[in-house]
Amino acid sequence: MPLKEVLQKINFVKQCRRYQLSLWQCPSFLFLLMGLITILTMLGSYLIALRYTEQPEIVALIVILVAAILTIINYFIVQGFERLAQANQLKSEFVSIVSHQLRTPLTSIKWTLNLMMDEKAGQLTEEQLAKLKTIKESNQQMGDLINDLLNVSRIEQGRLVVRPEKLSLEALVRDIFKDYGSLAKSSNVKLSLVSHEDIPLISADRQAIKIVLQNLIDNAIRYIRKEGRVKIVLKKKNRSVICQAQDDGVGIPQKDQNKIFQKFFRSRNIMKYQTEGTGLGLFISQAIIKASGGKMGFQSREGQGSVFWFELPIKPKNNKQ
Amino acid sequence: MKTILFVEDEPNLQKAVGQFLEKEGYQIKSALDGQLGLEMAREFKPDLILLDLILPKKDGFQVLEELKKNEITKNIPVIVLTNLEEGTDVEKALSLGATTYLVKANYELDEVVKKIKETLK
Repeated sequence: MPLKEVLQKINFVKQCRRYQLSLWQCPSFLFLLMGLITILTMLGSYLIALRYTEQPEIVALIVILVAAILTIINYFIVQGFERLAQANQLKSEFVSIVSHQLRTPLTSIKWTLNLMMDEKAGQLTEEQLAKLKTIKESNQQMGDLINDLLNVSRIEQGRLVVRPEKLSLEALVRDIFKDYGSLAKSSNVKLSLVSHEDIPLISADRQAIKIVLQNLIDNAIRYIRKEGRVKIVLKKKNRSVICQAQDDGVGIPQKDQNKIFQKFFRSRNIMKYQTEGTGLGLFISQAIIKASGGKMGFQSREGQGSVFWFELPIKPKNNKQ
Repeated sequence: MKTILFVEDEPNLQKAVGQFLEKEGYQIKSALDGQLGLEMAREFKPDLILLDLILPKKDGFQVLEELKKNEITKNIPVIVLTNLEEGTDVEKALSLGATTYLVKANYELDEVVKKIKETLK
């Protein structure tokens, strides 16, 4: 349908959203706006000129002069913004390429370590094994960081795709608890899972939802100071499933609460206790939940703890961003 | 003994995976580019193929397509083992006939072996 295609092309609101730009930073919207201003100014100067002079040549000259000056200014403004948008796009592509290239040597380190630490390889002293474990953990951290950066560049380029499959949130949470067992223990945190009723299987991307749950559980554990509890609660509500991650950690100060889902944002109070972290986890999590057709939010009080929740439809309507 | 053909251009990965799988009791054939991978698949008729996607000479998608067109190789299960992770890559590989798609960065070697065992069952 050609008409539909033409309409889609001039749908600048959608285009701007794709580049993750607000309307006021978006070249196509600004171009339209400046065009309108130019036309209005031309009309205005025509009317004013008519009032003060009777000679049509001078009126025409003034109008053309005003229009020319405005067009030149428009051109530079829009071009400047377009360059910014392009630079932003290039940055995302650069991050994506570098991250992919870094993955190969990291995989090589990880798998060689797997080979060395495999019990069938035998004959490693406890000390050697402990050192290899340290390398493995650092390697994992680097790998996680690269995954975060890749996800951010996907989100920024509008390329985040979720692939739904039948998924049990309950089983997924239990799996993740296993991975976080030792961190929870060393941080004196008790992990628990509460399912209020039979939670149905949902249709969602396992790997993506795993990232969300890992981020929520990881944050909850890390931001508990001496000891505490992290409770995951699963509930069914109409045609969706709600998952809450409750902790009794440091909480989020009121003034930071509106920035918590922003990219690279880290609350000032947590920087005092926990310097590790990139501030990307919640930004990525929220984008994944949105792309999965759900929503995400939180309640928090400084010093008392936080509850982060997400709601996912049992059967999503549209899974692409 | 089951034979696995591993098509991967990164020698360090070849070594690590090869040795690990040998210890698990598999026979490993290695190919460092796509063209060689195709030829070895026809010659040795392995029980399973582990296939990277970014490869010299012929990329993994081409290899997959030609494997599935050839009578001798079309029934051999192919596990794609790559660091490409975009939605379109996954869909393309699966539609060309890959059995499973694994992103290297997200898997430990024992998990890869588990997937191989599941596929060979």
